[in-house]
Amino acid sequence: MLLAIDWLLLLEKLVLIVIIVSVSLVIAMYETYAERKIAAFMQDRRGPNRAGPFGLLQPLADGGKLFFKEEIIPNTSNKFLFILGPCLAMMTAMMTSAVIPWGGTVAVFGRSVSLQIADINIGILFVFGVVSMGVYGIMIGGWASNNKFSLLAALRGASQMISYELAMGLSLIALLMMTGSLRLSVIVDQQMTSGVWNVVYQPLGFLIFLVCAFAECNRTPFDLPEAENELNFGYHQEYSSMKLGFYLFAEYINMFISSVIMATLYFGGYDIPFVNEAALIAKGNNWIQWIGPLVLIIKVGFFIFLFMWVRWTIPRFRYDQLMNLGWKKLIPLALLNMVLTGALVLWLKK
Amino acid sequence: MNWIFLQVKNPITDVSSAGSYLPIAIQLIFAVLFIAAMMGLTHWLGPKRNTADKLENFASGIESHGDARQPMAIKYFLVAILFVLFDVEVIFFYPYAVNFRQLGWEGFFAVLMFVGFFLAGFFYIIKKGALNWED
Repeated sequence: MLLAIDWLLLLEKLVLIVIIVSVSLVIAMYETYAERKIAAFMQDRRGPNRAGPFGLLQPLADGGKLFFKEEIIPNTSNKFLFILGPCLAMMTAMMTSAVIPWGGTVAVFGRSVSLQIADINIGILFVFGVVSMGVYGIMIGGWASNNKFSLLAALRGASQMISYELAMGLSLIALLMMTGSLRLSVIVDQQMTSGVWNVVYQPLGFLIFLVCAFAECNRTPFDLPEAENELNFGYHQEYSSMKLGFYLFAEYINMFISSVIMATLYFGGYDIPFVNEAALIAKGNNWIQWIGPLVLIIKVGFFIFLFMWVRWTIPRFRYDQLMNLGWKKLIPLALLNMVLTGALVLWLKK
Repeated sequence: MNWIFLQVKNPITDVSSAGSYLPIAIQLIFAVLFIAAMMGLTHWLGPKRNTADKLENFASGIESHGDARQPMAIKYFLVAILFVLFDVEVIFFYPYAVNFRQLGWEGFFAVLMFVGFFLAGFFYIIKKGALNWED
């Protein structure tokens, strides 16, 4: 019965999964380093510079430290949910990378290997579905702690994330009208063949998506769930050891993944700007396929820098301002963008 | 499972087949194992010196008063309910967006009507003050 499965293909996918998850974990680790270095640069300090050359081993030291810390589970908390919370947050963060096209098809040991783990036809919906599971990680963790600060932070975080999910979904619809497909590989292919990135057609949609991505990742200026001057430490205040590490890691992985999503949807994904890849591959230059993922990482690096730049530039919103922006401004704006896109596309085509 | 894998030549790379979700299942198993291993490892490596004071809820050094699970501001639940309502409406736009070109102007005006309903509900909740955070 199982003979029909291509076992070699499954093995290939497994290797790809291990590589991609490891890369996203390493990038998440070095995001903490980048955050501290960029903060230091903007505040005219040096930042981490003791562990290794330029402090490059600092994230390893920080990560290693988490293994040797004492696990504390408050005696008033719900033990099972307390452990489940961070695990769920980490799991949702690790699952989103499955549908992202990291590159074209490369040749490895004579096999042509697609650099996308699962090319499913609902691509972007899968990402949305998994991302909205992230709310449970925050909510369960905050509630199970049985701490007033944590619970308040979790409630804030959950209602912030669901509010901005609406505007995010609406801004994406305008893009889907242009592409006509939910598959991420098709969306990238279209941008590669036309040579024009979607951000050119959807500047307003991209802007709304960017703002919502900041809110979904709980980044400044929307980091209300972690407003330390009101809530001590936020929803993960009772956590220690790797459970705290999971929450922080999940946050940085989410930042990385949302940068990848923005680069893929609006900035051509692994498309090399001003280069016609298809023509080069037709001439036998297959090595160009290896450049694609690097180009994607460079684009992602820019977005991660943007996240950090904004964090050290813009102060935090008040909660009512945050909700007003999400509901009363971004949702009508996204609807307007959708209707305008639809009318323009139909008008220009006929 | 049998019929899924025998129908087409290579189900994992075929987009229309449910087999294309198989790598996601593998990634899920990988993620669960990774998380379980990490949790087990830290549980095993970390010191265990619990005291009654350590296990108390942290409230910035002052004594914690009572249970945290008290009635909360209704606003949060209102936002959650409104999210469910509007998110369902947003989900209805997705099939339209994918088939938007084939449906042409006729489909566009039909959706415009739906957007009208969406906005009617939206203005209603704003006028009702459901999104006002300051009483």
